[in-house]
Amino acid sequence: MTFEKFIFYVLAFVLIASASMVITRRNPVHSALFLILAFVASSGIWLLAEAEFLAITLVLVYVGAVMVLFLFVLMMLDIDVATLRAGFMKVLPLGVLMMLAMVAELVFVVGPQNFGLEKFAAPARHAADYSNTAELGSVLYTVYMFSFEIAAVILLVAIIAAIGLTMRKRPETKYQNPTEQVAVKRADRVRMVKMETEKG
Amino acid sequence: MDFFISIWEALPLGLQTLIWTLLKIVAIVAPVMLCVAYFTYAERKIIGYMQVRVGPNRVGPKGWLQPIADAVKLMFKEIVIPTSANKVLFLIAPTLVLGPALAAWAVFPFNEELVLADINAGLLYILALTSVGVYGVIIAGWASNSKYAFLGAMRSAAQIVAYEIAMGFALVGVLVAAGSLNLGDIVRAQQGGLFSWFWLPLLPLFGVYVISGVAETNRAPFDVAEGESEIVAGFHVDYSGMTFAVFFLAEYANIILISALTAVLFLGGWLSPFEGWPVLGPLFDWVPGFIWLVMKTALFGFMFLWLRATFPRYRYDQIMRLGWKVFIPITIVWIAVVGLAVVYQLPWWFD
Repeated sequence: MTFEKFIFYVLAFVLIASASMVITRRNPVHSALFLILAFVASSGIWLLAEAEFLAITLVLVYVGAVMVLFLFVLMMLDIDVATLRAGFMKVLPLGVLMMLAMVAELVFVVGPQNFGLEKFAAPARHAADYSNTAELGSVLYTVYMFSFEIAAVILLVAIIAAIGLTMRKRPETKYQNPTEQVAVKRADRVRMVKMETEKG
Repeated sequence: MDFFISIWEALPLGLQTLIWTLLKIVAIVAPVMLCVAYFTYAERKIIGYMQVRVGPNRVGPKGWLQPIADAVKLMFKEIVIPTSANKVLFLIAPTLVLGPALAAWAVFPFNEELVLADINAGLLYILALTSVGVYGVIIAGWASNSKYAFLGAMRSAAQIVAYEIAMGFALVGVLVAAGSLNLGDIVRAQQGGLFSWFWLPLLPLFGVYVISGVAETNRAPFDVAEGESEIVAGFHVDYSGMTFAVFFLAEYANIILISALTAVLFLGGWLSPFEGWPVLGPLFDWVPGFIWLVMKTALFGFMFLWLRATFPRYRYDQIMRLGWKVFIPITIVWIAVVGLAVVYQLPWWFD
């Protein structure tokens, strides 16, 4: 077994172990942390496949940004595990059915009949100065320009929709506006009254 | 001597590379750690003088041994783990902060040929690693199971995510201008003296990068994650002894990293500022590139301390407004400007 293969099996083991921890841990924060580990392990596998741009971007985007926000929300939420677990037996048959359907689909699409060295020849090794990033960029902005732009527009719509959802007014919440507080003038708060001194 | 050489040659080739790489890593990490130790000393001295005090002056001549004394003290202190804390995560958190801060040095070019891993995607690698550092802070805050620590972690997470975007966009400007993600190539693209460095054509991005760097390292005036006056010490309030020291090491290692990166990305790294100038150029030719790099890094290190001694802490909503509503638009506009300048080969920098 070559060293590369050894690293691949270690990473694959970490990936599968952490992925199964994601769905078996009771504590949602632990699940999220194992998901991060799974991302890191799969990024390592991509590095082995000489896809350094994708590997680093996976860490940068998913580990560095998306999962931070995920954890942020998970830690703030007060999740009641009891209500989550209630009715588990009732939905179990449906869940098993869904799982079987998904596994069947996966086997059908990425099963051994569609892959293997006889279907796709092993790609040639590139020299050390081969820039994955530059190649990806030149293909993305020429051949796949349209799909790239469409994906960008869909993301933009999603951003606008997300902002639109949070812009709603909530009259029941009372919060301070620090800008207004700082900008307050004396005349807004204090009213000088002239009155006669009372005698007696 | 021959005996050692024969032992060395008897080792398998893979093991030789492994040992060799490990030695190189030690050669980078050990000086960085020493710099961190004396950076804390410099901080206390400089802020001391700025506040008309003398700073530490008891241990050793002029207080030079103070960092060593501090390190020894922290090492021998008891590590207290709160009863209701999550033990594993509580202990992993400090290493998660320190690890990325040290690992980022792997792609850092110290001069023309001195770099541990000369990879093509160097800038991306650094960006990814600095973004991973936030996990230590979040996990520390959550695992401590304390309200103050948790509030500090939440503040820090929100702040780092906000400023990371501005920082990333500033780096996009640099890579468009240099046409490469390799840090060595970025420096080589700035050849030609003080006014050819990227700080001038990328001035707005330079400012955004430096300020985001201060925010990213949770330093004053952006140190709301610690916020002594309202949340005691923020995310590391429950840490003691060596675990606390590791957080501290990581913070200072990050400061040195950000300073060194600013020098490489915007101030021409190891290049001489007088390169190609009539009289001054040949006069300073003998100075090794590494010295220029250290001087530029020290300049920004000093700026971090100067900022801390000068500015009061930002208000939280103002931090968020600065990050999202001021920096990100500035960087996006300037990326477009740089893109046009590169496409039309604007003279002096991009021709």
